[in-house]
Amino acid sequence: MRFLLIEDNAELAGAISARMNLDGHVVDHAGTLAEASAFAEAGEYDLILLDVMLPDGDGRDFLRRHRAGQGDTPVIVLTARSQVSDRVGMLDLGADDYVTKPFDHAELEARCRAVLRRRAGTSRTVLRFGDVTFDAVAGQLTVAGRAVALRNRELRLLELLANAPGRIFSKQKLVDRLFSYDEDVSENAVEVYIGRLRKHLDGSDLRITTHRGIGYRLDHDG
Amino acid sequence: MRYLVVLVLIFCAAAAAAQPWEDRRRFGPEAGDGPVLRILSSTDTAFFEPILARFLSERPGVAIDYFVTGTADVDRRFRADPGAYDLVISSAMDLQLKLANDGFALPLAEIAHPAWAQWRQSLFAFTTEPAAIVVNRTAFAKGAVPKTRQALIEVLRAEPERFRDRIGTYDVRESGLGYLFATQDARVTETYWRLTEVMGALGTRLYCCSGEMIDDLSDGTILVAYNVLGSYAAARADTTDDLQIVLPSDFPTTMMRTAFVSERTEHGNLAAAFVRHLLEREPEDASDESYPLPALAPVADGQSAIVLGPALITYLDALKRRTFLREWEDAIIQRP
Amino acid sequence: MTDSLRTTISLRRRLTIALIGGAAFLAVLLYLVVRAYAVQIAQQGQDDILRASLTSVLDAAVLRDGALEVDFPYASLSMLTTPADDRVFYAIYRNDRFVSGYDGLRGDGDAGFSTRDFAGATVRVATGSRTLVGADVRLRITASVAQTQDALSVTLAGISRTVALFGTGFFLLAVLLSVWATATTIRPLQTLTSAVARRGPKDLSPVRRAVPLEMAPLVGSLNRFMARLEQSLTRSEDFIAEAAHRVRTPLATVRSHAEATLQRVDRQENRLALRAMIRAIDESSRAAGQLLDHAMITFRADHLEREQLDIGALLREQVDRLAPVAEMKDIELRVDAPAAAPLSGDPILLQNALRNVIDNALKYSPTEGVVDLHVAASPLALTVRDRGPGFPEDQIAELPQRFARGRNAEGIIGSGLGLTIAQDVVEAHGGRLHLRNHPEGGACVTLSFSS
Repeated sequence: MRFLLIEDNAELAGAISARMNLDGHVVDHAGTLAEASAFAEAGEYDLILLDVMLPDGDGRDFLRRHRAGQGDTPVIVLTARSQVSDRVGMLDLGADDYVTKPFDHAELEARCRAVLRRRAGTSRTVLRFGDVTFDAVAGQLTVAGRAVALRNRELRLLELLANAPGRIFSKQKLVDRLFSYDEDVSENAVEVYIGRLRKHLDGSDLRITTHRGIGYRLDHDG
Repeated sequence: MRYLVVLVLIFCAAAAAAQPWEDRRRFGPEAGDGPVLRILSSTDTAFFEPILARFLSERPGVAIDYFVTGTADVDRRFRADPGAYDLVISSAMDLQLKLANDGFALPLAEIAHPAWAQWRQSLFAFTTEPAAIVVNRTAFAKGAVPKTRQALIEVLRAEPERFRDRIGTYDVRESGLGYLFATQDARVTETYWRLTEVMGALGTRLYCCSGEMIDDLSDGTILVAYNVLGSYAAARADTTDDLQIVLPSDFPTTMMRTAFVSERTEHGNLAAAFVRHLLEREPEDASDESYPLPALAPVADGQSAIVLGPALITYLDALKRRTFLREWEDAIIQRP
Repeated sequence: MTDSLRTTISLRRRLTIALIGGAAFLAVLLYLVVRAYAVQIAQQGQDDILRASLTSVLDAAVLRDGALEVDFPYASLSMLTTPADDRVFYAIYRNDRFVSGYDGLRGDGDAGFSTRDFAGATVRVATGSRTLVGADVRLRITASVAQTQDALSVTLAGISRTVALFGTGFFLLAVLLSVWATATTIRPLQTLTSAVARRGPKDLSPVRRAVPLEMAPLVGSLNRFMARLEQSLTRSEDFIAEAAHRVRTPLATVRSHAEATLQRVDRQENRLALRAMIRAIDESSRAAGQLLDHAMITFRADHLEREQLDIGALLREQVDRLAPVAEMKDIELRVDAPAAAPLSGDPILLQNALRNVIDNALKYSPTEGVVDLHVAASPLALTVRDRGPGFPEDQIAELPQRFARGRNAEGIIGSGLGLTIAQDVVEAHGGRLHLRNHPEGGACVTLSFSS
């Protein structure tokens, strides 16, 4: 997926980009509205992350122009404002969702995913591993032509692993990604979800292997 | 000649002093508990009887005392005792009006009567009667009967001996109506004074009342009577073919007989009813034999009618009366 | 605040009364003045005729051979004829001795007009004198002419009637004009009042409509006051927004850094420190957010911007909004709402309250748990039940108080303002917030909107 991040705070933008890259998304960063307009005209984006307060103007103006120009790219607004009416106004202007700074990256991801799922049909990344197909955006997994219902955390775990097949993920990293920081969970909680995924993938071309003391890896035959 | 005048004058003066009624009659029940309406009138009973009778016929139990005397006497008597009479009827408009003006008349608001025939809703006119020249036709050739005052003057002047002592008119000192006619004549035309002088030169007889004048005219004592009430003459003309009534065509002086209710009447309603009865005469009654008095009629334009108004009291002024009478006497009683 | 406003008689009534009272006064004055004038004119007319009559009587007085003669003409009295048949009196005196006419008519004066009673009636008397000089006599003749005033009364009655009619007409016309004038005068005030009354609580724009000169100072003050108010409100709002931005943006940066660092750090103690840091950041940003929300809500609660709403629809909206967060913990948000649950309320406040209550439920709910959201239409109430540990029984009463947190809130990020916000909002709508523990476990929060 290709995201456009419009955020004047370079450090925050870098952190968001790094995090999104981990999920396999490509992020273009614009620091001003002018830059953002240039980016938006030059390329197609699957999602726009938009800060409200920008040095050369109000993010809401960009949103208004974008929507007025028939741009239907989904937009999630990043706002440091807390006014209730402000948020509503944002949605009225055509934002698909918003997160309030500072935000939990996990929540931002969840919201991005939800927005993308609602807007499904634009561009799809369907991963194929032999007899397994996985649509991360739609959250659809088919094993040997059979649809498998995944819970959210199972889905995100699979997404993490599937974005880098053959790479070993430590338990720590998986916990950081699957749980929010206000949840006090042990690293063993990951084992539950690994176990569930293995059961879903049982008998397919995909399997999750345990590398003792290091972590887990997604492998596939052929 | 002079003694004759003096005689008549003495007679009249005596009559006035003694105050005998010309007539006094009771109509209706002689005695009873019913109300008695007392009418003081200058009109002869004969003329009024039918009116009284009809009034009483509708009101059994009611009686009327009808007093008749001369117009001046009517005024004198009434002023002397206003409470003694309920109704006053007279042909002397000036005296009547002065009585009303002086507050002796009771206003009768509910009676609707033309403005020209009533004054202050208290004095009501009910006849229209012209003053006439009445002649004994035997004294004149056919067609020679004078039609105007001027013509009369010429006739008298042409044959003074024939008319000497054979002319009659009111003694205006004694007769209220006579005074009224005389003053009104004098007001209108100088001819009156010329005529009076001519009559004075011929030794005119003076009368207190129309009745006597017509009596003398009928029996030929006099040949011409000036300013007689035509109605009286007409009543007599029925019996005597010799009388001819001439309404002077230069200007007939027209009088209205008036009635009013005494302000101090004891029978206000009955008196008012009688006034209404007088006024309610239907026009067709004019030809009715039972109503010998002429009906009330507006005087045509161009003719002289005595207006019912406050000016009537002008000649009743003591100074004016004295002056007028002096002139009149100078004219009518000519000393040799 | 308006119910304690002291009022005096309405301007409209005051104006109407003043105008109609003035009109009545003028009408009466008009009547009196015109009538008095008419009396004067009419009396003048009568006096003129009496004078003419008197003159003609006096002119007729002559000395003839030393004797007085007053041969006044017929016209002297006939000119006094009136339609009302007024009675006429006169008197002639010679050297103040009565000669003829009506004795006693003459008044005290030698000349002039007077009104007095005579012969049972009120009469107007004109008296005048003249001196006659003869050969050897010189005498003074005095005459009085009088007339009753019936015709005058009739004339005056007619004039009075006409003037009264005119005055009444004038008054009625004035009343109509008063009503019209009052309505016209008061209309700009009413227009302004209704224009101001129609405004929403947030509309602080100045009055642009043209107002009468007299109202300009008031409206000007009002405009300036509203401008100041709007400025101060805008400044406050801007300040809140700016404050939030200034506090949160660096927090967001720090948090992102901490999170990114966490991805790279493997040592357990470092990781724990980073996590603690992130939680502290979350806690303070959340507290800041809720504090500002609460301030906002306190401000709005004074002037609810009510709309016709449906609680079910409002709830579903919030559930949609919070679904991604719930999904993160695989929590199911179960909504059970009737087709219609109408409520007249402030949508922004209610959304905030709902968000806070559902947020709480999500926070305390275990992973893969269920949160039940139930709306009852009659009496209108919304219940949120989670499957968490529930409220500490002995603290239930204190929890909605500001900054109060349950003992079991350890490890859960919160400011202690969520329930306070919910309670303030519900109470601003005339309802109540109920807290209890479900018999089968979990906390139950009920927003009850029937008072």
